[in-house]
Amino acid sequence: MAEVLVYVDHVDGAVRKPTLELLTLARRVGEPVAVALGAGAEATAAVLAEHGAVKVLTADAPEFADYLVVPKVDALQAAHEQVSPAAVLVPSSAEGKEIAARLALRLGSGLITDATDLEPGDDGPVATQSVFAAAYTTKSRISRGTPVITVKPNSAAVEPAPAAGATESLSVTFGEKSTGTKVTARTPRESTGRPELTEAAIVVSGGRGVNGAENFSVIEALADSLGAAVGASRAAVDAGWYPHANQVGQTGKSVSPQLYIASGISGAIQHRAGMQTSKTIVAVNKDAEAPIFELVDYGVVGDLFDVVPQLTEEVNTRKG
Amino acid sequence: MSLRIVVCVKYVPDATGDRHFADDLTVDRDDVDGLLSELDEYAVEQALQIADEADDAEITVLTVGPEDAKDALRKALSMGADKAVHVEDDDLHGTDVMGSSLVLAKAIEKTGYDLVVCGMASTDGTMGVLPALLSERLGVPQVTLLSEVSVEAGVVKGRRDGDAASEALEAALPAVVSVTDQSGEARYPSFKGIMAAKKKPVESWDLEDLEIEAGEVGLEGAWTKVDSATERPARSAGTIVKDEGEGGRQLAEFLAGQKFI
Ligand SMILES: Cc1cc2nc3c(=O)[nH]c(=O)nc-3n(C[C@H](O)[C@H](O)[C@H](O)COP(=O)(O)OP(=O)(O)OC[C@H]3O[C@@H](n4cnc5c(N)ncnc54)[C@H](O)[C@@H]3O)c2cc1C
Ligand SMILES: Cc1cc2nc3c(=O)[nH]c(=O)nc-3n(C[C@H](O)[C@H](O)[C@H](O)COP(=O)(O)OP(=O)(O)OC[C@H]3O[C@@H](n4cnc5c(N)ncnc54)[C@H](O)[C@@H]3O)c2cc1C
Repeated sequence: MAEVLVYVDHVDGAVRKPTLELLTLARRVGEPVAVALGAGAEATAAVLAEHGAVKVLTADAPEFADYLVVPKVDALQAAHEQVSPAAVLVPSSAEGKEIAARLALRLGSGLITDATDLEPGDDGPVATQSVFAAAYTTKSRISRGTPVITVKPNSAAVEPAPAAGATESLSVTFGEKSTGTKVTARTPRESTGRPELTEAAIVVSGGRGVNGAENFSVIEALADSLGAAVGASRAAVDAGWYPHANQVGQTGKSVSPQLYIASGISGAIQHRAGMQTSKTIVAVNKDAEAPIFELVDYGVVGDLFDVVPQLTEEVNTRKG
Repeated sequence: MSLRIVVCVKYVPDATGDRHFADDLTVDRDDVDGLLSELDEYAVEQALQIADEADDAEITVLTVGPEDAKDALRKALSMGADKAVHVEDDDLHGTDVMGSSLVLAKAIEKTGYDLVVCGMASTDGTMGVLPALLSERLGVPQVTLLSEVSVEAGVVKGRRDGDAASEALEAALPAVVSVTDQSGEARYPSFKGIMAAKKKPVESWDLEDLEIEAGEVGLEGAWTKVDSATERPARSAGTIVKDEGEGGRQLAEFLAGQKFI
């Protein structure tokens, strides 16, 4: 069976969930060979093997942390030369997409970004995309070169499938251009202890209706009762009530959880672009005409300061 | 010496309109109004601010798109850019991102540049990869997805807020930059700006001017192929209740029924 390269997104050896999902999809089109780069790369091997990686290629060098994107492209290109894969799959993070794009160009290959599903086809993998703020679903494939495809989080279930996962070190020669953009400082994001927004099964979001940074505690309390991540609309972020990292929508994170609860959010097209593919959608809004109600499975027309705390209390009681 | 800035701006179908696909599975541009991609307004704004800080700078706005795409250029010119380049050719219809980056890179080289400024993503394709591709094609550093940007003494600096960390970046010019919607609100064109824009030069180039073969771009030249596009079925109407004191508990009941609690 043909091999498929899977780019590993990890933080110091902790593999992020979208990569494990990618291994599930990769197995449909070939045998996954994982590529893990940077500090902690070797520590990723065990979990990758558990999820189907037949081989794990690792490389570490200061370049990966000290310069933006390009050293990782050099490494993936080296892996491509070594393996001659049938496809290259990369998680659809902002950085993942940039890496994939530059690699595709170097390989003379087409590029598909933000796939939400992947199937084998007669002419290579067929990717599903959700476009125009999820109003359309397209099926596309790559007609030239090794298919390079980035896949969105939550596009597949994580399925364990033990494989050999033997670690091999990958030798990388960095190109002259790889040191063009220096990372002069890095401030890690503080962990809130809540699930990662793009990976969470439940997301509870607040918008302008929350009316103040201090009131976001109402949203957080509901999130904590459900073990959910907290999201925010751009209006709430722009007002400084919640960090930009939590913004859901076209220019924020795109989420696709089992359950999305929007409170005090009107449902503008740019917000919908980031949450419309959620499996179950719930909204609380005092305006019965708010466009968000067009999307919901269940909506409550009412004041969020009445409805949300009551819901939180009920959830906590039932968990009791 | 003058700082030559090229801003790439895309003309896109209005996201608040009813966007759809044409029979050949390309974007239907006839049926819905187009406009300058809102995210590219941030790119124009940052270019204007960088130019203000420079001793001497010239801003060229560049678009690849159909006849109507001139509207996007006019808007950018009325915000304060100096001149515009429009790449237009019937053979461009259906170009994918690899082809688009080829055309833009050739046009940028022909214009001459020290700094290229892009938006973080278009509001139609939303791939967010074109700036990285331009950097690869032009062989200059990419300093992308910046929420803050400045240029001083031939060096561009910026801040990139990623998933795991916020990074401070630095590269020597020439370079390709992209800016996010966190970089600062874009200015509205003033009446004076709108009047002045009418007199600013707009050059039109076709593929021949850029020495690109028709087969390298367009639907035929695309390295990707869209096989189908189907409209998402409308969601079946959900249950909507009015809160009369029990809204939270009713919602809990629904969530329990769905096994979320
Ligand atoms: C290029 C571009 C990109 C964008 N990207 C994004 C993005 O990524 N994410 C995003 O969210 N937006 C984005 N936007 C902004 C978007 O257009 C909207 O402005 C934004 O989503 C509105 O946020 P909101 O729903 O919180 O606020 P509003 O539209 O002001 O809605 C607030 C809602 O709260 C309700 N409300 C008020 N008080 C209460 C109460 N006490 N109880 C219950 N309900 C109450 C109101 O009825 C109203 O419906 C973008 C815009 C542009 C132009
Ligand atoms: C719904 C949809 C899905 C698509 N999916 C794919 C796909 O999977 N693979 C593929 O190869 N192509 C795809 N395309 C085509 C692709 O979007 C276009 O070729 C496009 O011009 C480049 O990608 P983008 O618009 O997403 O740009 P992005 O990479 O999102 O744009 C970033 C920035 O690049 C600049 N820019 C982009 N296009 C232009 C332009 N024409 N003129 C001037 N500046 C520009 C702007 O500064 C913009 O802010 C898709 C198009 C649509 C409408």
